[in-house]
Amino acid sequence: MPTKPDTEAPDLLVDVRDLSVHFALRGGTLSRLFGRDSGTIRAVDGVNLSLRPGEVVGLVGESGSGKSTLGRALLGLVPATEGSIRLRDQDLAQLSRRRLRQIRRVVQMVFQDPNAALNPSMTVEEAVGDALRVHGMKSAAERRAGVVDALERVGLSPVELFLSKYPRDLSGGQKQRVVLARAIVLNPTLLVADEPVSMLDMSVRAKILQLMLDLKHDLDLTYVYITHDLATAKYFCDRVAIMYLGRVVEIGPTEEIFAHPRHPYTKALMAAIPEPDPDKMVPRDLPRGEIPDAAQPPLGCAFHPRCPEAVSGCGWESRDLRTLVEEHWLRETAAYDEERTVIGDLAHLDAPSTSATIGSGGSAQVRAILEGMKAEDPDEPLWSGVQSIEDAGSGVTVSFEPAPSPALRRAGGVEVACVLYPDEG
Amino acid sequence: MRGTPRALLKPFTETTGLARWMLVAGVLLTAVFVVFAVFAPWIAPYGFAQASSGGTPFPKLGHPSSQHWFGTDRLFFDVYSRVIWGARTALKVVVLSIVLCVLLGVPLGLASGYYGGWFDRFVVLVMDAMYAFPSFLLAIVFSFLLTNVYGGSVVAVSLSLTAVYIPQYFRVVRNTTLSAKEATYVEAARAIGASDGVIMRRYLLQNVIQSVPVLGTLNAADAILTLAGLGFLGLGIQSTDAAEWGHDLNRALADAGSGVWWTGLYPGLAIVLLVTGLTLVGEGLNETLNPTLRRRRLLPVVMPPRNVSTPAEEEQG
Ligand SMILES: Nc1ncnc2c1ncn2[C@@H]1O[C@H](COP(=O)(O)OP(=O)(O)O)[C@@H](O)[C@H]1O
Ligand code: SF4
Ligand SMILES: [Mg+2]
Repeated sequence: MPTKPDTEAPDLLVDVRDLSVHFALRGGTLSRLFGRDSGTIRAVDGVNLSLRPGEVVGLVGESGSGKSTLGRALLGLVPATEGSIRLRDQDLAQLSRRRLRQIRRVVQMVFQDPNAALNPSMTVEEAVGDALRVHGMKSAAERRAGVVDALERVGLSPVELFLSKYPRDLSGGQKQRVVLARAIVLNPTLLVADEPVSMLDMSVRAKILQLMLDLKHDLDLTYVYITHDLATAKYFCDRVAIMYLGRVVEIGPTEEIFAHPRHPYTKALMAAIPEPDPDKMVPRDLPRGEIPDAAQPPLGCAFHPRCPEAVSGCGWESRDLRTLVEEHWLRETAAYDEERTVIGDLAHLDAPSTSATIGSGGSAQVRAILEGMKAEDPDEPLWSGVQSIEDAGSGVTVSFEPAPSPALRRAGGVEVACVLYPDEG
Repeated sequence: MRGTPRALLKPFTETTGLARWMLVAGVLLTAVFVVFAVFAPWIAPYGFAQASSGGTPFPKLGHPSSQHWFGTDRLFFDVYSRVIWGARTALKVVVLSIVLCVLLGVPLGLASGYYGGWFDRFVVLVMDAMYAFPSFLLAIVFSFLLTNVYGGSVVAVSLSLTAVYIPQYFRVVRNTTLSAKEATYVEAARAIGASDGVIMRRYLLQNVIQSVPVLGTLNAADAILTLAGLGFLGLGIQSTDAAEWGHDLNRALADAGSGVWWTGLYPGLAIVLLVTGLTLVGEGLNETLNPTLRRRRLLPVVMPPRNVSTPAEEEQG
């Protein structure tokens, strides 16, 4: 599924192809003992991403969308389950552990929580100098020179004041500067910044972001900037990739994404940006529902249970039917007791499937209830995804239109993974 | 690594209140025995296996006198000298076994917790089995086996004590490593390219050894008793190799019936006092280490006296 124009191919710094990172879900001791598989989490699921030298690419999405995992995979901190990550001409998946450690001269990472990212029992000099030490710089004097230079670059001066400090003696902003110093002291090419300012006070956020831009300019860095906050992404990035449940759902130049958000999830995120003008405030929460379980993502488009623009081909399935019936009962409490006996148990619908058999009190009665629900809210997109309702025993089988997870396709200047944007051709 | 000594001293410097007094009393008591042990050749008037002085043989089971403050025993040895020399034996055995426990238990716990997997499961199984075994019985079995190899020496007894106490060091270090290795700074170390060895040595070690000194002092008291117990059973160090309180007590058993009290009283007293001293140190430290027992030193809140004559204060009130 090559979606990038061929002209981009030559001077790529990083080229991520169909990358998947899955984590085995740890079951209890018993199920591990019996070798029972308790499922996998698809933290990253078929992502394509390329970085040109000098670019700032944002990874944006809610918590749990796989941004950090993708970032960590770029350093080889988590192994790729499938796909490849090429850094210039090396494939990270092919490298030995030793070579992988050497790669980390070139790719560095800044962590979200500066309070946790520094060893509490190392001084600033030891912490920053250790990056040099593990890459073989034996002389303490040479290391100190490198550390002093890095600390100056991140604006921790006078440097002498900070060298012998422990993390507990520093403020959050200062700690993050130390983390940045440790990241740049090896002269890397690519910096993965995982929500570098989200744990900091408002007052220092802008300063740290400005510092990162200065460093990029001075040291010719390429950034992967991870955030759940579109506002800083807009300020910081040349391109953004919007991620949802391990997939990139929209990617393109920052201006275009912000001027014309196409994917419904992007639009929802935009609506969640706090608006400085109170009259223009839009409801801040994302449309209905919570982030689904990453171990069992929705069929079809993973966003469909929450999507306000969903249509028939979005991958409707048994779990959506259960949600719909239960929401109906929440509204129509009077009808609950009677309908409940007709419909029967719904728990089996939790196994994701495009056909759902419900009802125990007679096919005609079940049909009537479903018809009633449809009449109640004819605009509910789930109904458009229903292919057929057939009698099955004392209930009915509802069949939904099977749908694949939409692929990224060009739309305007960006790429979108949504059935509303079929290939422009 | 400037942080290491500081991390090790932390439990000592953080004590307060009753814990501090227990600690001070324990340290003083223990210090007396350490002085005995270190300066035994100067403090003890005779050697531990010396039966005569200047050609004059010592009396057998002689009463305490000006020549022999604590009397002499049935082997003609001076009891006072043997009590002093016994402190040296006790210290040697305890220090050697704790050093071995730390040198073996800490790296093993660190590696086991860090790598996990089948290696971890195997070591945990072995250690748990050793821990579940009644400790004195384990010491007996080990000294029985080791005496064949090393003779009834300090090394053999120290190794048996190591076998008894090492599971505790292993456990404490492994469990702290399990939680410490999840910390972001460990991943950050990996991100700068640190190898597993570097991560364990420079990032985890200092953060997992903080409870080791306390464990050491608590075990020291127990180890003195185990050592004496082994000696009492005749499994420990032989009288002519070194002075050992437990073994002396064993020999004193026969004297007690004939009204000879000094051969038993003084070694027994030495055991009780040293164990008390070490227990006080250990418990004093334990209070600071165990957060549920810990009480922070609170500065008393002093309310300013209500002074009616100053209207400025009344306005504030
Ligand atoms: N080491 C891990 N083991 C198991 N699951 C993980 C691990 N790391 C991340 N995950 C899961 O992968 C998903 C994506 O996580 P993450 O990449 O941290 O998302 P984000 O950074 O966007 O919040 C989450 O469901 C998370 O629970
Ligand atoms: S494919 Fe597009 S329209 Fe359908 S659910 Fe997903 S985002 Fe919404
Ligand atoms: Mg994250």
